[in-house]
Amino acid sequence: MNMLSLYDYIFYFLAFVVIGSSFVVVFSRNIIYSAFALLFTFFGVAGFYVLLSADFLAITQLLIYVGGILVLLLFGVMLTNKVVDVDIKSSTIKTLPASIISALLAGLLCGIFYVTNWYTVPTNPELLNNTTAIAIGHAFISTWILPFEVASVVLLVAMLGAVIIARREKGPEVN
Amino acid sequence: MTETLLLQFATAILFIPLVSFLILIFFGKKLSKKSSLVGLTLIGSTLLLSLIIFFTKLNFFHDATIDYTFTWVNFGSSEITIDLGIMIDNMTAVMLVVVTLVSFLVHLFSISYMEGDIRYSRYFAFLGIFSFSMLGIILTNNFFMMYVFWELVGLSSYLLIGHWYEKTSAANAAKKAFIVNRVGDIGMFTGIMILWSTFATFSFDEVFHGLSLGILPFDSTAWLTAAGILIFCGAVGKSAQFPLHVWLPDAMEGPTPVSALIHAATMVAAGVYLVARVFPLFTADALIVIAYIGVITAFISATIAMAQNDIKKVLAYSTVSQLGYMIMGLGVGGFTSGFFHLVTHASFKAGLFLGSGSVIYAMHHVLHHHNDHHTDPQDIRNMGGLKKKMPITFWTFLVFTLAISGVPLTSGFLSKDDILAGTLAFSDLTGHTLIPIIAFTVAGLTAFYMFRLLILTFFGTHKDENRLNEIHESPWQMTTPLIIFAALSFFFFYSPSPTSASDGWFYNAIEKPESVVPENVSAASIESFEEAVHHNHGTAMFLSLTVAGLGILTAFVTYYWKKINPEKIMNTFPSLHRFLSMKWYFDEFYDRTVIWFTMMTAKVLAWFDFKIIDGIVNGVATVSRITANGSGKFDNAVVDGLVNLTAYSIGFFGLILRTVQTGKVQSYLAFAIVGALMIFFFFN
Amino acid sequence: MSLVVSLQHFIFVSAILLSLGVYAILTRRNAIMVLMGIELILNSANINFVAFSRFGGMDVNGHLAAIFVIFLAACEAAVALAIVLNIYKQFNTVNVDEVATMKD
Repeated sequence: MNMLSLYDYIFYFLAFVVIGSSFVVVFSRNIIYSAFALLFTFFGVAGFYVLLSADFLAITQLLIYVGGILVLLLFGVMLTNKVVDVDIKSSTIKTLPASIISALLAGLLCGIFYVTNWYTVPTNPELLNNTTAIAIGHAFISTWILPFEVASVVLLVAMLGAVIIARREKGPEVN
Repeated sequence: MTETLLLQFATAILFIPLVSFLILIFFGKKLSKKSSLVGLTLIGSTLLLSLIIFFTKLNFFHDATIDYTFTWVNFGSSEITIDLGIMIDNMTAVMLVVVTLVSFLVHLFSISYMEGDIRYSRYFAFLGIFSFSMLGIILTNNFFMMYVFWELVGLSSYLLIGHWYEKTSAANAAKKAFIVNRVGDIGMFTGIMILWSTFATFSFDEVFHGLSLGILPFDSTAWLTAAGILIFCGAVGKSAQFPLHVWLPDAMEGPTPVSALIHAATMVAAGVYLVARVFPLFTADALIVIAYIGVITAFISATIAMAQNDIKKVLAYSTVSQLGYMIMGLGVGGFTSGFFHLVTHASFKAGLFLGSGSVIYAMHHVLHHHNDHHTDPQDIRNMGGLKKKMPITFWTFLVFTLAISGVPLTSGFLSKDDILAGTLAFSDLTGHTLIPIIAFTVAGLTAFYMFRLLILTFFGTHKDENRLNEIHESPWQMTTPLIIFAALSFFFFYSPSPTSASDGWFYNAIEKPESVVPENVSAASIESFEEAVHHNHGTAMFLSLTVAGLGILTAFVTYYWKKINPEKIMNTFPSLHRFLSMKWYFDEFYDRTVIWFTMMTAKVLAWFDFKIIDGIVNGVATVSRITANGSGKFDNAVVDGLVNLTAYSIGFFGLILRTVQTGKVQSYLAFAIVGALMIFFFFN
Repeated sequence: MSLVVSLQHFIFVSAILLSLGVYAILTRRNAIMVLMGIELILNSANINFVAFSRFGGMDVNGHLAAIFVIFLAACEAAVALAIVLNIYKQFNTVNVDEVATMKD
């Protein structure tokens, strides 16, 4: 058994943070707790990215997930639960079949991952210490130019769509 | 004072009224009452500039023609271009003063006449665009701009006649004026095109120069005559000559100051100006046509004027008659006298119209006061006895009437006398004796109907004494123009001698241009014509005084001393009277012929459209409808049947499978994951 | 399997994250919780992308895929929350099992 390096310890710490906090996300009865636990999950994933030498992605993860999506989700929680109403708990349904399915999925995936003989390429350490931002920038404006442009349009459409949908006047009462 | 400065002044004169138009049309609502002041100030400045140009031109550049041309459009090569430009010769200088003076005084008059009108500022805006277009006609040195401004004048005339477009008669009159003018303008356009196709230039000078070199349109004198007559058609339309004179009397539906400005002094004179401007290119044949058109117009409208009772209609027909005089004067070769009559007529006819406006204004106020909307304020039978109540209007009106009748000491006497002498000379030289005979008759008729108008309006007794007492003189804005015009109707403005104009500045300034028609088969060279005029001067004066005196005497005998009962004469010749009061049935004649023909053609074409073209279209439509019906049935029965069958079967299976669809996302996801797991297990 | 961190360690974590996300979606009734589950799944996918990139010769294309996933997640979150707000206005609840009118 090899000696565990600092890198490994940090990995295990982050794995604990990610899995533990996501357990809180999933099993907490209080939706606010879930949302805050999600924050730690995202931080942990960002830490993974750092470990994987993906500096640009780590920053992006923090900016977009923590700064954007999580805040959006929190807003959603605030706006869709009556604040005066203390009951912002989120009930669950059919926990047993869901547990079985999830456990099966996890077991199956882990099994597959374990038995697979992964093909890995040794990486130039020089490359690992450099920033990825330059390479990503070049890729964006050369090979990936079309997806990049489409992405901008999609963002615009999503923004407009979100505004229009959220602003829509209350329609005829269903139910 | 240089030529450049004069040109700059002329350009300013041209565009200042346009500025006035733009200001008033865009900011008129805000200016409201002040719009008249804006219009008055701007037109007043053009009057000042015109006076400067007038005096400078006649004193320092007497024989020069100041000309400025620039190329507007260049058709690829430098050979074919359209040049625009302005020129100032003596004729232009005189006309500038006439137009801006009349326009200024009419602006002044309108301030109180149009007071309270709902479109007050727009009225002044339209006066502005009219002045702009009229000045454009005067200043231009080419046919192209002449035509453009000619149409603009027609447009502004249309707008001003239709100023009270809520009245159907006004709207119709505006349309009539516009359409009738178009008829003449088509002729003018064709004429210009004939000249263009030969000379490839629109410039007056270049066309004249080309002609003098012996170049003829399509190498024939006949085409030149045709071009001249066609261009004259424009004048026929604009100056209301026979047979297109019918629009002018109707145009009296416009406000009275407009009638004074446009339909008496300036716009209708544009036709005369056009004839004078292109005078050199008329062949002898064309001139005879022009002379006869003029004389026929003068006679017809003078006879009609005798039987009219509307004060403005009488004046309108008198205008047509006097325009006929001018055209006749030009046609017989009396270039200067014809143009001179234009200038003198502008002042006294504008005065007459403004005087009638003053009378109508007074009548209208009294009638309005009594809530009487049945009595026509323009009918001279409802007037009478206004002399004491409106002294300024009366005395000025008297001066104008004397002038138009050709009584000595007036300007009208000078010009009319010269025209008559010209006709006598012409008949001496060529033997067209009908022209002087009719011309003298018309002079007598003019004196008669004008004095009839004067006596019925101002003398005698009013029908209702109480109402007469309420009539009072018009405000100073209206009387001032009258006084100025009256002053201008005296001889001393034009000539030092009360009997002959040939010593005055006017005859010095305006000289008959040399004809440029090659191998001129003109009946008389200029010298012999001048001599003949001189020779006939005494005869003409004697005869014209006699007929004018006779006319005035008859008028007084009939309407003042009432020795002759006009009713009796009317009853003796009922058909003649009806013929005259119905204006020689011109409108009815056009209704039954030209308009009827147009309408019939339209109807036939409409019928063709409805029956034949629509028939074909409908036939195609019916056929395709039947086909469509057939295929529709097939569609419904067979195709839809198949589709429905498919749908039903799918619906049936769907009904079974529907139970799986719980509508809950979670269950869908669960199914998906279970499916994925099963795939993993089975295809491991 | 050694304890020294290799590719498998990362993708094990991602597999667990995925199952937890699936569990959240399956059990929770609150639409926002469902969204959180989706975010977890997307994160697990991202970890995979980056991990494969890191151990596959540090090819930057994996990162790009992850970036596109992130931006799509942002779009999805915005639109989905707008829809959730609208549903809340319409039905006065955000419980997904109660919003099943499409079924009929």
